[in-house]
Amino acid sequence: MTGSGPDGRTRGTDGPASEAEGRAPGADHGLSETDTPATGTDTPATGAGSGAPALTVVRPGALTTVQDLGRPGHAHLGVGRSGALDRPAHALANRLAGNPAGHAALETTVDGCAVRTSAAVTVVVTGAPCPVRVDGRPVAWGAAVRVPAGAVLDVGRAASGLRSYVAFAGGVDVPPVLGSRSRDLLSGLGPEPLAAGAVLPLGAPCGPPAHADAVPWAGPPVGGLVLPVVLGPRDDWFTPAALRTLARGTFRVSAASNRIGLRTEGPALERAADGELPSEGMVLGAVQVPPDGRPVVFLADHPTTGGYPVVGVVPEAELAAAAQAVPGTPVRFVPVRG
Amino acid sequence: MTASRARPLRVGPHALLVEVPGGEEAQALHAELLRRRAARTLPAVTEIVPAARTVLLDGLADPQALAADIVHWDVPPLTAADGEPVVLPVRYDGADLAEVAALWGVAADEVAAIHSGLEFRVAFCGFAPGFGYLTGLPAHLHVPRRATPRTAVPAGAVGLAGPYTGVYPRSSPGGWQLIGRTDAVLWDAEREPAALLSPGTRVRFEVTP
Repeated sequence: MTGSGPDGRTRGTDGPASEAEGRAPGADHGLSETDTPATGTDTPATGAGSGAPALTVVRPGALTTVQDLGRPGHAHLGVGRSGALDRPAHALANRLAGNPAGHAALETTVDGCAVRTSAAVTVVVTGAPCPVRVDGRPVAWGAAVRVPAGAVLDVGRAASGLRSYVAFAGGVDVPPVLGSRSRDLLSGLGPEPLAAGAVLPLGAPCGPPAHADAVPWAGPPVGGLVLPVVLGPRDDWFTPAALRTLARGTFRVSAASNRIGLRTEGPALERAADGELPSEGMVLGAVQVPPDGRPVVFLADHPTTGGYPVVGVVPEAELAAAAQAVPGTPVRFVPVRG
Repeated sequence: MTASRARPLRVGPHALLVEVPGGEEAQALHAELLRRRAARTLPAVTEIVPAARTVLLDGLADPQALAADIVHWDVPPLTAADGEPVVLPVRYDGADLAEVAALWGVAADEVAAIHSGLEFRVAFCGFAPGFGYLTGLPAHLHVPRRATPRTAVPAGAVGLAGPYTGVYPRSSPGGWQLIGRTDAVLWDAEREPAALLSPGTRVRFEVTP
């Protein structure tokens, strides 16, 4: 018997539920290809000219969530960090919109989203490159765009990558939970994912939009995603052959990936010993290996504790690329010691 | 715990997992880390996450320096804390009460007296915001999880699994053996503090009709 998994149903969080609970990566269909038809496009602008500025969701897209820098410091209560998956893209969108780094923006998945603005507002779209339209007219991606009151901003399907970031001058001003406006898909904290007709308040702009000559977009990595891995804490749970497989094997990004973790398909990593690990704390970027042997790289909404061994950790700076890797992308892990 | 029994393990560039022999030592180390943080003798750290037999420190500037230091610490054993424990009123009418009674070798109506007669301590949290893994069950009262987990366990359900007892903060699927239910609100994000139970909290259950 180990920790709290005496029935052998430990799923990596070693929690009081089971694998039937549906919290596993993939459960929220974060990578859904479903192209939600536009709805409510003839809805009058909500609150235009009256009260605080707000967004009304016209087309929520496959999965669009409010994200800021997350809520670190609560892992001991079972609350994960959450926050934007592509931190540099989120930071750039805020900077170009004249916002502080901690303002909340929208994070889209695959097919963007559309919102109607109740007041004129400056908007910036970064992250996955995509067509951006205001009332049907193409406007710039990666630059401050003025959206008139009552207009519909449509952030289109990603041309490459997965997740676009939509910052509004003043930020998305939903009530914070434990100091953050981020939606954590695992714990359920923070504002619900966008739904058609939902209204999101905007804050007051606090600075002029910034200008950038060229907005960086690394694009899909040539030859696939390469992730450095600092080995440990549980690399000794794996056979030497498994560590060679980790270093030399080619994995692919699984379609079951989501904000909780980047799942891989490919060779299985063999354990040196059977048995289970009592629950232990998990970090962002942890490469956890469940019983099927396929590594999962923990992203922002990862569980705070887990019972499957972590073979290594991908440094945080490398996770932005992981967050933009579409299913099927080849993945190589490059183990580094120290 | 003698200091030499702590084994620090590297967790990426900014974290350290300190492994100790067991749950008691993990709780003692966690308490020591909180004391040192309060005394400002601990390097800046974002997260201190106790678990079954480890404590994770995340957000360290120099994990290797702390790793080299921590093996020399003299960590006092856990002592009974001062003050009153959190008391959770429970109706002992859980769906698995009879099965737990059978596993314990007692009559069903004795489970309440036994469970409410113990004092527990939150060893660590996880699974969901505000879910505490409470230790304090003697070994002969440890029970396995249900062979078939339930798809829905109500909020406030009091369960048992392995060495732990715990309360589901919200409705969720679950595999623990359910012995009762409390009306106490384990988690309320609008409340300060949001979590009724956090690592180190002492807990007692009280029979309510």
